[in-house]
Amino acid sequence: MLVSIQPLNLMLIFVGVAVGLFIGAMPGLGSVNGVAILLPITFLVPAGSAIIFLAAIYYGAMYGGAISSITLGIPGASTAVATTFDGRPLALQGRASLALVTAALASFVGGTVANVLFTLFAPVLATVALSFGPPEIFALMLLAFATFVGLGGDDIPKTIFSICFGLVLASVGFDQISGEPRLVLFEMDGFLQGIGFLVLAIGVYGIGEMLWTIEQTRGEVTTTNANLTVKGMFSDLREASQRAWKGTVIGSFLGFFVGVLPAAGATPGSLMSYGVAKMVSRRPETFGKGNPDGISAPESANNSASTGAMLPMLTLGIPGSPTTAILLGGMVIWGLTPGPRLFINETEFVWGLIGSFYISNVAALLINLAFIPLFVWMLRMPFTILAPMIFVLSIAGGYAATRNMHDIWMMVVFGLGAFFLRKLDYPLAPAVLAIVLGPIAEPTLRQSLLLSSGDPSIFFTRPIAGPITVIALILIFLPALQFVRRRRRKAMA
Amino acid sequence: MKTGEIVTAGLLALFSAYLMWKSAELPVGYIRGEGPGGGAWPFWLSAIMLICACMVAVNGWRGRTTPSGSTEPLLDSHGWKMLVMVGGAIVVFVGLISIISMYGAIAVFLLYYTLYLGRHGWGLSLSISLLTPILFFFFFEGAMQITMPKGMSFTDPVFDILYDIIY
Repeated sequence: MLVSIQPLNLMLIFVGVAVGLFIGAMPGLGSVNGVAILLPITFLVPAGSAIIFLAAIYYGAMYGGAISSITLGIPGASTAVATTFDGRPLALQGRASLALVTAALASFVGGTVANVLFTLFAPVLATVALSFGPPEIFALMLLAFATFVGLGGDDIPKTIFSICFGLVLASVGFDQISGEPRLVLFEMDGFLQGIGFLVLAIGVYGIGEMLWTIEQTRGEVTTTNANLTVKGMFSDLREASQRAWKGTVIGSFLGFFVGVLPAAGATPGSLMSYGVAKMVSRRPETFGKGNPDGISAPESANNSASTGAMLPMLTLGIPGSPTTAILLGGMVIWGLTPGPRLFINETEFVWGLIGSFYISNVAALLINLAFIPLFVWMLRMPFTILAPMIFVLSIAGGYAATRNMHDIWMMVVFGLGAFFLRKLDYPLAPAVLAIVLGPIAEPTLRQSLLLSSGDPSIFFTRPIAGPITVIALILIFLPALQFVRRRRRKAMA
Repeated sequence: MKTGEIVTAGLLALFSAYLMWKSAELPVGYIRGEGPGGGAWPFWLSAIMLICACMVAVNGWRGRTTPSGSTEPLLDSHGWKMLVMVGGAIVVFVGLISIISMYGAIAVFLLYYTLYLGRHGWGLSLSISLLTPILFFFFFEGAMQITMPKGMSFTDPVFDILYDIIY
């Protein structure tokens, strides 16, 4: 834990949270964009400090999303969509300060509850996961992909295509077992070194998503001001703690458990919490009209879920969200292998990181409350300055990480491709998750089949792998079963 | 968007078939004593991609997907213009790196974007497009010791001056 209070790490936590708050507040940018674009520049600091910095950005972005949701009516990130429902009406009633303070307080409580749950569950889960062999690890990978199919809510063939695309990209370069060149596309030597996850992540989130935002907003993201006074914030803080506690409690716990699910993450967590808070409210009709519980539920949930998503990433090596997928990829680059062994081999790092979650949470609350007027002011930065800066940072940062022009061209290709695929509702997060997990999934599948002499029943007969595989298959076939049931009902009607 | 959906699915299906063909350069079946061949994993995944792309095309044809049910075009005239002006500028930016260096390309790209697309004044545009690459130079070359592409030899005198400041 002492690692997290070293001067360098403390400084990185505060800088990371501030950067994250800004990124989260900017419409069109979320934690995943921030982490993907800024990951290459973290090679300046030691591995442990780098991941602490990125985790702080992740944390800050969850807080920051609410700022633009409330003051602009545009969610800073998808995780803050539900915050707009009641945050914007409250701001329009002249209570922007109350809305912002409620969001900050709820985020803090959500983050704290999640940190405690994380500290309790992580060592237990890591101990259980120590007994996992290749079949169990592959079954977990299958479950991670299956949750995207079963719970992702996107077009199923497009989701499966995205997952397989990411996995195939991960296999470009050399066959890990025979050492032979594989999938050297169009006979270009650049593919011999493979396609790094960062190339796809920056292409999708740094270039593709920005192009999409420019096209959607017609390049005209305009910002408005909010009336805020420091004095008023303290009375708002009191009012928020009295009027928004129910939503905070719901979001804090529900968000964590939804965040742990591999495909779920903070966005569904916040939407579900909003729905539950409305459902259990004595005055559900006030939701959508500026009810503080409608702000606290999604805000506490998205913070709680962001910590929850770290649980499977660190203990099992399976990311719970696209942002944690990029963090996981970064850890691999830094020579840290996520999974149960991390808790034994890198004890200092793990507990330092967990400690940094607590500090990030406090830092985010303090920076958020102290600088809300500054962040609102910064939101007025013209998008025509921010957008080219992001493109430049993506290209220069991408080169710094890969030192290869072939990869930069690939980033551009992925960015342009991602723009079209996004327009056509192809989910791209599964592809990023898959390119990170591919190098683990393929060898574990091959080792498992070698163990069983090619018999796939090994995934069903082992006590831990069996139930996981069955759940994964149910999730994969669930949408198909629902489709058949709907057709039957229609036919009967 | 219906046409866009079907055409894109068709292109993705073709790409998937190409990936299957490339994967098949290595064994795609089970090799006794060795396990699955080196091409098996990407081959079967590409096969699933091919099936999914065909399903998307069929669903698009029947109007069962969200984009295929939309009457809007995939990109309207503004969308195409944006893609050419911004996407094209990114391609030119990357192309310029090997000619006028990473920093030179950043300056040109930022000047084009802020001045022409952003319609900001000359003062602001020039400040951003000159200060950003200089800051990036000191960050990457000085602090991170990462050498960025220097472009063709005519850029050497500029870099000599900048390196004299660092070292």
